[in-house]
Amino acid sequence: MTATEIPPPDAALSPAGNPLGFGRMLRKEDARFLRGQGHYVDDLRLPGMLHGAILRSPYAHARIVSIDTSAAEAHPKVKAVITGAVLETLNLAWMPTLSGDVTAVLATDKVRYQGQEVAFVVAEDEYSARDALELIDVEYDPLPAVVDARHALDPDAPVIRDDLEGRTDNHIYDWEAGDAAACEEVFAKAEVVVAQDMIYPRVHPAPMETCGSVAHMDPVTGKLTVWTTTQAPHAHRTVYALVAGLPEHKIQIISPDIGGGFGNKVGIYPGYVLSIVGSIVTKAPVKWMEDRSENLMSTSFARDYHMHGEIAATKDGKILGLRVNVLADHGAFNGVAQPTKFPAGFFHIFTGSYDYPAAHCKVTAVYTNKALGGVAYACSFRITEAVYLVERMVDCLAFELKMDPAELRMKNLLRPEQFPYTTPTGWEYDSGNYPAALDEAKRIAGYDELRREQAERRAAAAEPGADPAAPLMGIGISFFTEGVGAGPRKHMDILGLGMADGCDLRVHPTGKAQLRLSVQTQGQGHETTFAQIVSHVLGIPPEDIEVIHGDTDNTPFGLGTYGSRSTPVSGAAAAVAAQRVKDKARIVAAAALECSPDDLEWEHGRWYVKGDPSKGQTMAEIAMASHGSLELPEGVEGHLDASVVYNPPNLTYPFGCYIAVVDVDPQTGQVKVRRFIAVDDCGPRINPMIVEGQVHGGLADGVGMALMEVIAFDSDGNNLGGSFMDYLLPTSMECPSWELGQTVTPSPHHPIGVKGVGESATVGSPAAVVNAVLDALQLRHADMPFTPAATWRAMQGRPLRPDLAIE
Amino acid sequence: MQTPAPFEYERAASVEEAIALLTRHGPEARLIAGGHSLLPMMKLRLARPETLIDINGLADLDYIRVEGDQIAIGAMTRHATVLESAVLAEHYRIFAEAERVIADPIVRNRGTVGGSLCQADPSEDLSAVFAALRGQVVIRSVEGARTVDLGNFHRGPYETAVGDGEILVEVRVPIRTRTGSAYEKVERRAGDWSVAAAGAFVQFGDDGSIADVGIGITAVGAEHFTCAPAEDLLRGRPPTAEAIEEAAAICAASCHPSADQRGPVDYKRHLVGVLVARALNRSIARARGEAA
Ligand SMILES: Cc1cc2nc3c(=O)[nH]c(=O)nc-3n(C[C@H](O)[C@H](O)[C@H](O)COP(=O)(O)OP(=O)(O)OC[C@H]3O[C@@H](n4cnc5c(N)ncnc54)[C@H](O)[C@@H]3O)c2cc1C
Repeated sequence: MTATEIPPPDAALSPAGNPLGFGRMLRKEDARFLRGQGHYVDDLRLPGMLHGAILRSPYAHARIVSIDTSAAEAHPKVKAVITGAVLETLNLAWMPTLSGDVTAVLATDKVRYQGQEVAFVVAEDEYSARDALELIDVEYDPLPAVVDARHALDPDAPVIRDDLEGRTDNHIYDWEAGDAAACEEVFAKAEVVVAQDMIYPRVHPAPMETCGSVAHMDPVTGKLTVWTTTQAPHAHRTVYALVAGLPEHKIQIISPDIGGGFGNKVGIYPGYVLSIVGSIVTKAPVKWMEDRSENLMSTSFARDYHMHGEIAATKDGKILGLRVNVLADHGAFNGVAQPTKFPAGFFHIFTGSYDYPAAHCKVTAVYTNKALGGVAYACSFRITEAVYLVERMVDCLAFELKMDPAELRMKNLLRPEQFPYTTPTGWEYDSGNYPAALDEAKRIAGYDELRREQAERRAAAAEPGADPAAPLMGIGISFFTEGVGAGPRKHMDILGLGMADGCDLRVHPTGKAQLRLSVQTQGQGHETTFAQIVSHVLGIPPEDIEVIHGDTDNTPFGLGTYGSRSTPVSGAAAAVAAQRVKDKARIVAAAALECSPDDLEWEHGRWYVKGDPSKGQTMAEIAMASHGSLELPEGVEGHLDASVVYNPPNLTYPFGCYIAVVDVDPQTGQVKVRRFIAVDDCGPRINPMIVEGQVHGGLADGVGMALMEVIAFDSDGNNLGGSFMDYLLPTSMECPSWELGQTVTPSPHHPIGVKGVGESATVGSPAAVVNAVLDALQLRHADMPFTPAATWRAMQGRPLRPDLAIE
Repeated sequence: MQTPAPFEYERAASVEEAIALLTRHGPEARLIAGGHSLLPMMKLRLARPETLIDINGLADLDYIRVEGDQIAIGAMTRHATVLESAVLAEHYRIFAEAERVIADPIVRNRGTVGGSLCQADPSEDLSAVFAALRGQVVIRSVEGARTVDLGNFHRGPYETAVGDGEILVEVRVPIRTRTGSAYEKVERRAGDWSVAAAGAFVQFGDDGSIADVGIGITAVGAEHFTCAPAEDLLRGRPPTAEAIEEAAAICAASCHPSADQRGPVDYKRHLVGVLVARALNRSIARARGEAA
């Protein structure tokens, strides 16, 4: 099918009552999840399995003077104590990051952030392992810590990475995109220029399941099996081969059920490597499972962008240009997980959804004494930061022009006839009808009515004797363009591995099928969605299609699930594989029906003879025939299967318009999200229920980031977000009943027209909430998260720095 | 997983046995009630009791009942029971209002009144409630029972009048007529501890002035979770807006908040003023039968 038209919903139902293709159906995986029968890494119990625990640095920056492990080794249940010195003898003390840097597996010279790995204990049980950690005596010589990214490049700032030859400062890179000169010209002449500093603070993906692994180096076969919490099993296998010098064909990565990833489970953590080393040393399987604080303090964080934006426009609100300077806090090691040629991820998509000629960004990345990471938490490789920047800047402009922010957006949105549209920073948006999405969101919200209510409330509040506690009402809009489905091989690779995905589809003799994928669900519902994709093409009931993933020995190579890439890339691979099977089925059916393939016509699930619909072969019949004794034409092999490697020609560009309505208590600063309207366009929806679930989760993320989530550090570099008492995730109590809407604009280059949606809501929603809060306060800007204290301080004109300890 | 340091475990079948076990195991033994404060601290290895004495079997300490002119609440009464108690709702709305914002249903199903008071967390909500109502606690040991006013119960953060070999068995609050009460809390998120919270009761005299009043304040270093000067200021005065403002301002000025990620000192002080005024105003409205 060409994707320019909207496919009709697949109307027919399977014997189990499921759609034979697209449509709502219960998730196949939920039967086990709802019964508590999911099987996660921590559920694994192998005979003779030992348990590892990591000793972590209490300091943000300190020289290691000495480590005495003798008391721990004397613990009766301890099997091994591994330090950086031990790893050095194996050449494993350091490992490469996904961004061309190195990071310590166990610290040897210095610790560089609080929570960094210092030693690893392997013991008979997890209690003993943790008991033994307390018996390790580490002498530290504390050093001053670089906490405030804005001072990382000060001449007297302590040099964090003195492990790197010739390092004299904390500078990682400068990177630019767009046209600085064109911006100069536009900004010099513009009638209006608004500049604004803003922080997208450090947050954490905080998946329900923390990270962990069970490694088993079989001493007999020499084969290493690692059951691990990874979103990218194949990439992990290759990295282990490269890091540890192990033969890749002797490594099997199994990623069982994963309890949420959001980008947190892309990277390779020291704990994983240590469980492998532990297994090699002890010759037994070794489990390592981090606890909540370890997850929050040491694994991949997200964001931490200090941005200075400038927007140029005419007096009547035509945007002319946007430029931005970013100071990016990468922590102590540059461990960002993103395509090699994109050091700032896809941040330079920051021009957003609007039509203007000039754009430029410069990103300066620095080391600080904080954990590494930076691309995680459903950010689509930093499009979250980009959308936040542009949507805040547009609101700042509306504020200065005293224009309605919806009107200002409508005036500048890209028009449908401009697609495919090449942005000033070089992205080619595939398809969109942006004004329709904005109109639809306004319609659902009752936008004009809301503005009227707001005006009335403001007038009432100005009356003498007005209730000083009357809530301040705010309305916030965010329009976002996402870019997902990384990506075209010639532009995108991670550690040299091109971002194309393999996929194998095999139809068994009885017509039941198995689909093998390289991507890895962490809760997104792949087992259902991918079965529906195949069903959509072949008409085989989704319940008859088993989706197999998460085991490198049993699935084809591919780069995994993050950046909302599963459906755009592997979904396309599955659709193409199904199409190939369908084409081959036609040849087999023709042989069985003794006619030419050209004489056959397709109805969902069946090839039949043109003009004689009673003569035909169902997919099940064809499957049996292709495995049977039927003579096939010259050159046609038996069986019914297809192998595909899909190299996406471009990203897909889902988009949407979000409107938040908030009420702020003017005396306490408490923010209540009254309503949230989300119109998403991700092309045709394979399973609308799953799409809605993804959107719901992302909207909750957005409320969380806008109102409460942040990891701040005190001046000694202590992590102030190291538990769920400190790092607050939103609950249902903070979330309104989401009001969802949709428009449907298919992707012209995806085989079934679909776009990714996994991160749209996380990307799009924080700006809507923040814009609403600032609209309520009638302020141009203040930084999120709007905790009651931060909101009140913003009202006082003395805003808090979200990234530093409150003093 | 976070794992506690090794400990021994004992289960008490009666208050007498709990006291005997406490005496036998000495100061390194700890009672465990709902475990919602103690277990997290043990898992973080901030607490390392040598022995845990489980008192969850002491069903006879799980009650809320009227005894003469007092309400008696057993130490093992769960938060959820307090939240839903008709007896408490009839006399003091402050209980349900405070309980509704203490932690979440899972914690409230296990956490106990006794555990909350004995934990003596400086942000504990029930401490503010009982301080406002000027309750008393009953503490038992081998020597028998003694009664301590709430004003003398807290000895500092995480420290109470309960000594070695002692167990808190009951909390009492006086029943008052023509009274309204209320609780106001600001939290960053449902289930979070207070940024600041304030509770109050107001009792009217025959002349329409405030006959008695209690103010409870938590999370901001208010001495004994209350503010006696503000109460003194209101007692005997008509409940005017000015009087309330003045009392609230005294509370704000006299507490000792510290800055943390919940907020800076100026905000917390400001919040105390707002919340005390709101709690007093709603108490007054309720005492007059004007508000639900
Ligand atoms: C996620 C979370 C959020 C929370 N939020 C709030 C909140 O917002 N507001 C709030 O006020 N509280 C909050 N709490 C605390 C909660 O109310 C606890 O249940 C309570 O503080 C302790 O009660 P417990 O029965 O669990 O005590 P335990 O943890 O069992 O014991 C606490 C301490 O009291 C001692 N103790 C217990 N019973 C007795 C007794 N009868 N006599 C003598 N000593 C005794 C124990 O030895 C221990 O030292 C929260 C807790 C959690 C886990």
